[in-house]
Amino acid sequence: MRSRKTRHATVALTLGAVAALVLSACGGGGSSFGGATKTQGTGPAKLTIMIGSSGDAETNAVKAAAEAWGKKSGNTATVIVASDLGQQLGQGFAGGTPPDLFYADASRIGDFAKAGNLYAYGDQMKGSNFLPSLVKSFTYDGKFQCAPKDYSTLALEINSDLWTAAGLTDADIPKDWAGLETVAKKLTKGKVTGLVIGNDINRGGAFMKQAGGWVVSEDGKTMTADAPENLAGLTELKKMMAAGSLKFMTDTSPAAGWGGEAFGKGIGAMTIEGNWIKGALTKDFPKIKAKIVELPAGPAGKGTLMFSNCWGIAAKSPNQAQAVDLVKFLTSVDQQLAFTKAFGPMPSTEEGIAKFKTDYPDDAAFAAGGEYGQGPVNLPGFDPVMAKFNSKMATLGKGADPKAMLAELQKNGTAAIAGG
Amino acid sequence: MAKRRSKLHGREGIAGWVFTAPMIVILGVFLFVPIIMALWVSMTNWTGNVDPFGGGPNAAFVGTKNYTALFTQDGLARSNFMQSIGNTFYYVLLVVPLQTATSLLLALIVNDRFLKGKSFFRTAFYFPSVTSSIAISTVFLFLFSNTGAVNGFLKILGIDGPQWFSDSRGLLHLLLGLFGADNPGWAQGDIFGRSLWDWLSGPSVAMVVIIILAVWTTTGTFMLMFLAALQDLPVEVDEAAMLDGVSAWQKFRLITVPMLKPALFLVTTLGLIGTWQVFDQIYVMGKGAPDGTTMTPAFLSYNTSFRSNGWGSGAAMAFIIFLIIVILTWWQRRWMREDKTPGRLRKAFDMATVMQSIRERGTRP
Repeated sequence: MRSRKTRHATVALTLGAVAALVLSACGGGGSSFGGATKTQGTGPAKLTIMIGSSGDAETNAVKAAAEAWGKKSGNTATVIVASDLGQQLGQGFAGGTPPDLFYADASRIGDFAKAGNLYAYGDQMKGSNFLPSLVKSFTYDGKFQCAPKDYSTLALEINSDLWTAAGLTDADIPKDWAGLETVAKKLTKGKVTGLVIGNDINRGGAFMKQAGGWVVSEDGKTMTADAPENLAGLTELKKMMAAGSLKFMTDTSPAAGWGGEAFGKGIGAMTIEGNWIKGALTKDFPKIKAKIVELPAGPAGKGTLMFSNCWGIAAKSPNQAQAVDLVKFLTSVDQQLAFTKAFGPMPSTEEGIAKFKTDYPDDAAFAAGGEYGQGPVNLPGFDPVMAKFNSKMATLGKGADPKAMLAELQKNGTAAIAGG
Repeated sequence: MAKRRSKLHGREGIAGWVFTAPMIVILGVFLFVPIIMALWVSMTNWTGNVDPFGGGPNAAFVGTKNYTALFTQDGLARSNFMQSIGNTFYYVLLVVPLQTATSLLLALIVNDRFLKGKSFFRTAFYFPSVTSSIAISTVFLFLFSNTGAVNGFLKILGIDGPQWFSDSRGLLHLLLGLFGADNPGWAQGDIFGRSLWDWLSGPSVAMVVIIILAVWTTTGTFMLMFLAALQDLPVEVDEAAMLDGVSAWQKFRLITVPMLKPALFLVTTLGLIGTWQVFDQIYVMGKGAPDGTTMTPAFLSYNTSFRSNGWGSGAAMAFIIFLIIVILTWWQRRWMREDKTPGRLRKAFDMATVMQSIRERGTRP
């Protein structure tokens, strides 16, 4: 009888202790979440900027800009370089202490905005005159979420030495798919493949666009993945693969990490990459001479893909006013051109890009893409959908059926739109 | 009398609780409570930016929806999850027997009384286990690259090696292909949204690399466990058997293996737990590519949570793997039950494996 009583007491004690633990743990979580409300700080603010950097040049340029703004405004801004930006941002949002300012990829805007992670400050940036296509990329739910940082587009890079060795001249620069097929065939010789590109929609998708298709409709409300235009784009890729003049960078020998590496190593005589390839070539493959031209047009005309990050401001940031001020500083024409000089991105404003065109005539092909480039799908819940499609698309050279993969994309995308 | 004894007993009880309190608190805060919290998260639609226990549209309680979506709801979540389960099933099916057999063989070799340079071999065999799995994965990326050492070696033999990391073809599919079967009519049945043919794919060529890697890195540790068990075996039994004139194979099959049963149980159980949770190698070697054939539930859970902000679904996946592991371990214990190990020792092994599984689950996303 007694011993049972003791046991009861023990059980009660244990339960009590566990309950206390649970409560304390939850309480701890709750207070940290509750503590990070939008209280506007007074006095000098300490901001953190999280970036995903392409290298030292970019890191140092952003650091210098942050320091300059700090001196001007009396605040301090610390730059954190993320090794895995998506993951670290997710962790910051979940932990309740996100960075004040961060790079936000256009394809993730829907996810971030829907979850309430973004402070939509686009309407405070009226005077900046961003490119309309960029504003569209960063608009979700009718609100311009964040200021585009810069942008890049895809173009065709040609290895000049291999080009002349194959007996080709400037007159042969491909203007359409037929032209591309001819030169790629001529450039394919021994271990060199005519055209080597990345194995996902971020490169191959350009062909879908050139054929007049895209994954979602213009207004972003319905899926159009299974449209015949998209199939035509992928079929063109498959056709060139069958001819041996096009390979994904994972299918070459040796395999490359990305199109630029294959191009730099001379495995591919041509590749399709964005302006970041220029920095990579000068750094890793200084001997390669590249000619950069616009992508050849498809049956529906010119088409390229456009990539961009914006300066996202966290909804939980206590320093939103200062962060907006910092963004205004960072997106000013002079500052954007300073970034261009340091690591090559193209300015996101009309005035900036006009200056860029006169300052960097060699990059005309990249700049031209800004007029007809297609931004990524920015709907919420699309990250896994595109990941699945990319995973499938990578096997295109190994007998995968383009029609089936587009049908699957259509199905998964439709479900994501309905769920969003 | 009875009263005094119980008083003393009571005080002893309090003293006991006081002494164990620090450990209970530590285990509670870092193990038990997080697991309960994760269980709660798995039943919400938490998007990762509000208090997960505060309710509201971004952390609403959805009951078992996250779980049922993974099994009954036609969609991307289910197809990804089922593919990852299929992948891991073949991974476990190959890795566990291979690593157990190899490690036992290695242990027998280095336990041989007549082997010279024993410590050299023991160190050499154990080396892969103490090296970081990330470093080894990176080395394997080079070894198995399209122009890597493995394909170079195959070329000497006149074989054109596959493009290991971009080859999504399943081994069983390739094998069935030899007999002319390619997605035949009898394999069209639908199980959890995947056709029977898809389930029968076998591990992809890319997964085979990860299987080889896993076997290579884990055998060292398990060899050590077998070695410890082997050195505990009474020499007299061996000698008596030899006097009775058994052959080496008979001795191994009828004497050594039965006596090694507890160690075998430990190794296969730890193997089962470890293989269902494979993560690092996947993270380094392709993140599920090609065509999702190296996707595992642990990696998918991480991806769903951290990349797609689907924390509820990610946590649900983690608990499903936990259940799979518990069920498999329980089944395996029943299966290996007829051993002559003293109860206490067996219990210790059971506790060790269960704790191990809980500990590992706790640290995984």
